[in-house]
Amino acid sequence: MKRYFDFYTSMMRVSVLEQWQYPIANYFYMIGMLAEPVIYMVVWSAVAEQQGGSVGGYTPGSLAAYYIVWTLVRQMNIAFTPYGWEWRIRQGRLSMSLLRPMHPLHEDVAFFAGWKVVMIILWIPLALVLSLIFKPDLNPTLLDGVIFFVAIWMAYLIRTVTLSLLGMVTFWTTRVSALFELYFAAELILSGRLVPLSLMPDWVQRAAWFFPFRWAFGYPIEVLVGNMSVNDLFIGLGMQFVWVFFGAVFVSQIWKIAIRRFSAVGG
Amino acid sequence: MQGFKLAFNYLRIGIMNEFQYRANLYIQILQTFIALATGLIGLNLVFNQVNELGGWGKADLLAVMGVFTITGGIIRSAIQPNMERLMDEIREGTLDYILTKPADAQLLASVREYRLWQNTDVIIGTIVLIVAMSQLGWRVDFWSSLGFTSTLVMGAIMVYCFWLVITSAAFWFVRVHEIANLFEGLYAAGRWPVDIYPNWLRYGLTFLVPVAFAVTVPASALTGRLSLQSWLGALALTAVLATITRVIWRLGLRNYSGASA
Repeated sequence: MKRYFDFYTSMMRVSVLEQWQYPIANYFYMIGMLAEPVIYMVVWSAVAEQQGGSVGGYTPGSLAAYYIVWTLVRQMNIAFTPYGWEWRIRQGRLSMSLLRPMHPLHEDVAFFAGWKVVMIILWIPLALVLSLIFKPDLNPTLLDGVIFFVAIWMAYLIRTVTLSLLGMVTFWTTRVSALFELYFAAELILSGRLVPLSLMPDWVQRAAWFFPFRWAFGYPIEVLVGNMSVNDLFIGLGMQFVWVFFGAVFVSQIWKIAIRRFSAVGG
Repeated sequence: MQGFKLAFNYLRIGIMNEFQYRANLYIQILQTFIALATGLIGLNLVFNQVNELGGWGKADLLAVMGVFTITGGIIRSAIQPNMERLMDEIREGTLDYILTKPADAQLLASVREYRLWQNTDVIIGTIVLIVAMSQLGWRVDFWSSLGFTSTLVMGAIMVYCFWLVITSAAFWFVRVHEIANLFEGLYAAGRWPVDIYPNWLRYGLTFLVPVAFAVTVPASALTGRLSLQSWLGALALTAVLATITRVIWRLGLRNYSGASA
């Protein structure tokens, strides 16, 4: 256990130091990602205003809150991309990590977790500027805040698990980009990224329950922005836990089979 | 004349290159359809709630989406690949190979890459546009189609100028890929007519990043919203932007030291 703890703390420290060297590049990267939520926010605020002030329970103020929190959750959703898995496996880069006495996934998880610390710090001034412009209507309770903090890290783990599973498909075939594209499209619709799920038709909302997407994206935002009952808050946290736990079990089982197929080409 | 011949030859080579990778066509088709599907879903979600948005009806917005897809296809097939290559070459110093050739360097730098398969976007965008026009009852005459074609060309030129200015920044600041990413994010704003954005954003999308001219203005021409004044304004802005771009390119070249080729 101590071995893992030491590994995670040093790996995260390395990653924080590394990313802190490029604040400007990281900022441009974040600002480039702002256009998407701002567009959604403006479109839906216009719709809300035309409807006499609210749409699907969201006013322009709460839409602003939704999409500002969205930007943080989007950052937390960044994990090692399946395209990276493709590269790693095709180029034989995995060989190096396999030599180490620890599962290679730990390195990914720790590296991106460290990067998140930098991203959260850089995000705060951006969120303040966005709040000044769009005047969000946000009044979470202390419990909301605490659960939100846990939920965004759980969201990160869910996304790590699902993207790793997707990336590991590359062990069997290297023509995977079509599959990835379909996955990301489903995620866009079912996660609450395109619009809050309450604006979706009923059957989509019901379907979203059974996919990991909303637990990694829409749910953490709604914790802070929506008026969820305490009961619902904990149900969501439970669902997140279920996805992380079974996802991790699944990843480690698939990994055992997949790794036998890996034949390093160079690296 | 020489220039056209040169551009045409590069186009031919680019197309021949693309034919080596025919499987990419299928992936491109899939991507185009996914983008189309998510765009239509977004549009439908909005129009489940309202009948019009900022004075644009559903068929009007479908037309905007068609133009958005067409222009996006043009950018990704002819403009962006060239600019990305140029960015790398400025950084690595291999731009020397262009500069030593006996033709205009700006022309050479702008025509070397061509991604044929990206044109699936142009085709699908045209189909979307045709569907939108038939829903609008084909109220297009000679003048509106002329207005559409001319503003589409002007829009493409402005986007090209914008990209080249950003790329030229690499002569001074080495890492500009992040700024290029920024453009891709902002271009997505063109999916909706710029009228619906708050003022500061609308001006930004009109004069800083020419998204309005690339998408909203051609769509306005087709849906009978374009006045002669705006058309003349677009023409003047195209000329100004092309001149400024040329000047910046020249200044940048003078600053280029070809470090390591």
